[in-house]
Formats: sequence, C-alpha cells, structure tokens
Amino acid sequence: MTATEPVTSIDQLSALESEAIHVMREVAGEFDRPVILFSGGKDSMLLVHLAAKAFWPAPIPFPVLHVDTGHNFDEVIEFRDRVVARYGLQLEVARVQDYIDDGRLTERADGTRNPLQTTPLLDAIAEHRHDAVFGGGRRDEERARAKERVFSLRTAFGQWEPSRQRPELWNLYNGRHKPGEHVRVFPLSNFTELDVWRYIAREGVELPSIYYAHTREVFSRDGMWLTSGPWGGPRDGEEVVTKTVRYRTVGDGSCTGAVESTAETLDEVLAEVRESRLTERGATRADDRLSEAAMEDRKREGYF
Amino acid sequence: MADLLKLATAGSVDDGKSTLVGRLLYDTKSVLADQMEAVERATVGGGDPDLSLLVDGLRSEREQGITIDVAYRYFATPRRSFVLADTPGHVQYTRNTVTGASTAQLAVLLVDARTGVVEQTRRHVAVMGLLRVPRLVLAVNKMDLVDFDENTYWRIAKEFTGLTDALGYAEDAVVAIPLSAKKGDNVVLASPNTPWYEGPTLLEHLESVPVEGADHDAPFRFPVQYVVRPRTESHPDYRGYAGLVAAGTVRVGDEVEVLPDGLRTRVEGIDTADGELEAAHDGQSVVLRLADDLGIARGAELAAPGAPEPVTEFDATLAWLHEKPLRPGARLLLKHGTRTVQAIVGAVTHRLDTEDLSVVEDPGELGINAMGQVSLTVSEPLPLDRYDDVAATGSFLLIDAQAGDTLAAGLVGRPLVARPLEVH
Repeated sequence: MTATEPVTSIDQLSALESEAIHVMREVAGEFDRPVILFSGGKDSMLLVHLAAKAFWPAPIPFPVLHVDTGHNFDEVIEFRDRVVARYGLQLEVARVQDYIDDGRLTERADGTRNPLQTTPLLDAIAEHRHDAVFGGGRRDEERARAKERVFSLRTAFGQWEPSRQRPELWNLYNGRHKPGEHVRVFPLSNFTELDVWRYIAREGVELPSIYYAHTREVFSRDGMWLTSGPWGGPRDGEEVVTKTVRYRTVGDGSCTGAVESTAETLDEVLAEVRESRLTERGATRADDRLSEAAMEDRKREGYF
Repeated sequence: MADLLKLATAGSVDDGKSTLVGRLLYDTKSVLADQMEAVERATVGGGDPDLSLLVDGLRSEREQGITIDVAYRYFATPRRSFVLADTPGHVQYTRNTVTGASTAQLAVLLVDARTGVVEQTRRHVAVMGLLRVPRLVLAVNKMDLVDFDENTYWRIAKEFTGLTDALGYAEDAVVAIPLSAKKGDNVVLASPNTPWYEGPTLLEHLESVPVEGADHDAPFRFPVQYVVRPRTESHPDYRGYAGLVAAGTVRVGDEVEVLPDGLRTRVEGIDTADGELEAAHDGQSVVLRLADDLGIARGAELAAPGAPEPVTEFDATLAWLHEKPLRPGARLLLKHGTRTVQAIVGAVTHRLDTEDLSVVEDPGELGINAMGQVSLTVSEPLPLDRYDDVAATGSFLLIDAQAGDTLAAGLVGRPLVARPLEVH
C-alpha cells in the first residue's frame, strides 16, 4: 500500500454483492448439483442476476426450479419465461396442481396453496438429486429467519432442525452433508428489503410489472387487498373495488396481498419502502400470520 | 455513501441483552408497526411492551425466556448501516459467541450493574480477545436498579479495563457506557440520570467509532474458489480464477505466488461483470487472469511473494464447539480457505481456564466450549498465516468427516499461550 493512495472501504451494496457472489462460487466449487429456486419474484430474480455476475463471462452453471402453485400472476409467468430465455437457463417446474389432480395433495379449505408447496419442492429436489438449493430468503424478513445460516442443512425429509445447524465462522462455509440430505443456501442473508431495492435500482434489474403501481380490481380480506383469480374471488360481503396498487412480494395469488401505492417507478418504490411502517411479510402474506411461530413451523417441515 | 459496521453482542443470562437489542431497533425506528403489534400482543400482563420479544425468535426461546441461537439484526441510521450478531449468553452457548465474534468489528458486552463482571463476562472477553475483535464496548446495564450510582459504574468499568488491558487492547479501543436498556437511558438518547457521565450514548458511539478497514495493509491473499472457463463462442480461450480477496490489495501487473506449489506468475487482468479493474481490495469478489497457465484449481491460494512456507505440521488455538470432546489422535477434516484436507490432532498442550483465565497445561482433552492449544498434522501442505498476522488465512474449521458437523474454530499460532490472561 503506497501512502499516496488512500483506500476507501467499498460501499455497503458492493460489500453485500461480493458476499453473495462469494457464497455462490463456494457452492459451485463444492456441490455437484445445485439449483436456484426461481419464482420470478424480486429476491429470486436477484439470485439470477448475482449468479450471472459471479460466473461471468461463463453462463450460469445452475438450472432454476419453479414451484408452481397454479395460482400465478400472468405477468410473473411471462417474466419467468423471458428471464429463462435471456440467460439460457434450464427450467425445472414442480406443479402443485399435478399433486392436487392426482390426489397426492388436497386443496385446503381456505384455498391457500403456499403450505402445499413443500411436498412438490422436496420431490423435485430428490428427483433431480439437488444437493444445494439456493433460496432468496433474507434474515430481516422474520424472527425465525433471523437465526438462519447462510448454509442451512436439511434432512432427507427436507426438515430444518435448529439444533443441527452448524456454527458459521468467518466466511468458511461447511457444506458437508450425507446422501439424501441437502443444503439450502441463502446468498441474500444480509440484505434488507431496502438494500434489495437499492441494489435493483443500482443494477437496473428488471422485475415483473406487478411490483409497480397499476390499477387492479381487488377485495379486502384480513386487512389485505387480494385479487380475484382462478383461485377464487370475493366471498359474500367482500366488495370488489378498483384500486391503484402494487405488490411488495410475489407468491401464491390466493394469499399474496397488494398494497395501495402510486409508486410507478423504481425511485418511487424506493421512497415508499424507506417510509413503510410495515414489514413486507406482515403487509402482504396471509400465511405468515397464521400463528406466532408460523414461519418456524413451516421451516421445520421443509418449506423455503 | 453510508458504510457498514458489523457488531456482536454478548452478555450472561438476564443481563438484558435482548432488551438492549430490542431497544436499539425500537429507538432507531427499525421496528415496523406489525412487529410492534405482535410484541404488544405477546407481552405478558400488559404494561410497557417487552422489547426482548422483538428478538427472541424460536419458540423454544420464547418458552424458556432465553436466547439460544445467534440472531442477525439489521438497523440503519443516516450515518451508518449495522449488522448485529446477537449471541446467546448462557455458558452452553458460548460457541455462538465465537461465531458472532468471528466476523465482528466491534463487540458490545453487557453486565448487570448489580452484579458487575462475572465469569461469563471474563469468558466473553477472552473469546473477543482471542479472535481479535478490534473494539469493545462494555454496556453497564440496569443502572436504574442501582439508582444510577456513579461509583458502581466506575468500579465495574475499572475491573473490565483491567481485563482488556491484559488482552492487549489499547485504551481507546474500549469504552464503558452506563445505561438502562429497559428505560432507554444512554442507549440512543443521553440520560438525564447520569449527569456525571460525559461519554457518548451507545448509538452515538456505534455511529462514530472508526470502522477497522479490515486488512487493506495486510499482504495479498486470494484463495481460488472456482476456475471460470466459458468455452463459448465469444470467450473460447478465457481462463480466470474466481475468488474473494481475503486480505490486502492486488493490482494488474503484480507478481503473485501460487501456493502451496510456490510457482510465480503475474496478474494480467482483474475482471468483474461490470468491467476490468486496476486494483482489488480485501472483501471484493473478482476474477483474476494470470500470465501463465499453471494448472491452478480450486484450493490453491494466490499470494504476494514472501508468504510463509506451506507446512504440514503446526500449532493452533481451538475453540471447541461440539459436545463430543477432542482427544489426541483424533482424525478430522480441516477446511482452510477453499481447501479441505485431512488432519490428525497431536497433543492437546494447553487449555484456558475460564474461571480465572489461567492457562492449564496438558489438560488431556477439550470439552465443549473449551479453548485450548493443540498441535496438528495435515495431509497436504497448507499456506497458513498466523491468525494474529492475517486473520482471513490464519483461520480454519475442523469438521467431523462422517457426520459433517463443524467441530472447532481454529486460529493458527499460539495466541492462547502468547497472551496470558490471568487477572486477579
């Protein structure tokens, strides 16, 4: 280091990017059959963007896996296919609908399909013998996720056992697992929701249009604006109104709520996220409200 | 652009650590309305919301009222962003303190003003010192329960700096703050109850303390993670070595040594998806192109010429993290940088007694949460630095080859013996 050249530490977003790229390269170096969970949502799109940067100028060395609940937003499926084509990815799809059609799963009374994703996901992981599965989970999302490792060991039943999770020291990741077990890997662990949006803005990452304000027919249920679709519409007494809304998360259409918003551009979304007084899950995910320990229970069962 | 401070918190049971972390989140407006509602719903018996409920995430933790696992928290002020590793206090979870300390630039240790420095505090300081966390804060909590007594604060602060002196901390690297996490005194806002205290509040200190810019001045170290070979039409012959700069700086044109082989070559280019760089610093993920094709694969390390000779036998300090004790003769895996090799444990020569921080010779074995000195033999030469010289390449994991569990955090060298910690 010469005295004439002051060193400035890299800014926070670049540090997060370098950390995520480091994690992805560790997985590429140590696992045989990694896969990226890709829903078309913003966090999974960031994974694809980061993977493209991590291995440039080589193509992304992983396929992507979409767990399709059948309750999709058209804009998101169209976006998914466009991304797959643009990056030359191999797409694997695990369909909840197939399981319902042949009776392996039963539709829930409330019509929500997020909890039904676990079985098709685990089957797809077993069928393709994936040993590492990238997810877009972040530790700021929820209390149980705050304790998640970057490398999260799952049993052959996909289960997350808090007591078996390994201490993670420095940036030395231990990916060892037994046959049939796999490791969920979360490169975005240290991003916050605001970091995600700032990074999307900095990098010019394209997202499905429903992340930006648009007019939509919605009805209110459980304090959220839901949209009607093949998953069912308003019940008696639930009035349909036209609102200007956007989505903060993209999930199963039956339980992902829109928020009222006029943020049509990235800058406007950023400003809105900065001022929001609700977490994105609290604002938009009915399934996380089921119980105090809702996320912890679903993680134990092998959910994302 | 704002920078980032990584910190860890540690304290013994009932020191109010979760409450302090909850208070930091709450007073920096990092708690959103739905999270606060959940806390208010869950607070027993009404009254002031129990801020510790913001951070105790797992059901077993809420049932037992203690924190079991390291939790990561995020908050930001206009001046700085923070990643906080909230580590459990109970003795059986000391391994989590080691985990939190391994990446922390600053550690906040809590003590209860009524009891002062206890064994747990000494253990935590020893961990922070061994892992060389650059800066320490002593939070003297529950000052409201000792009527904000100045003498109590000074007595505890003095005992604590006695410990940190012994560990080699400079005076300006350690700050003691009297506070009440429950009432909010001196956490974010200066307290009217401590007119005798002229130092910063905890948040003021966290916002203004210099961030140790990792190892910019250290010699260049670069464990190779992955060889990028696209073999595409646009890049038929491209070959680059992907990795994270672990220490120091690399520039285009620099001569580098390929370890453990010792061959030398020159850096031809530093690539990223955003374009070429002239130089890359520690913490940056890049791809290096080299002048010669030397058959480099994952596991090699590129280093500034003059790195220590790779070795197969060396001494190290271990923090033992597993229920199954370590005994001489154990056969394990060792992960250093991007290379995993076989290792055999020779003698266990010293153990740190966490009661009085004395060093016990020939302890025979190391149990869970023990720290000790061992000799190791590995199956292939490793390019090791002493942890005290270059932490990133002076650290390693020991792994159970069958079960896959992480067994120990390892520090190359003899810091345990080199820095006697005895304090009476």
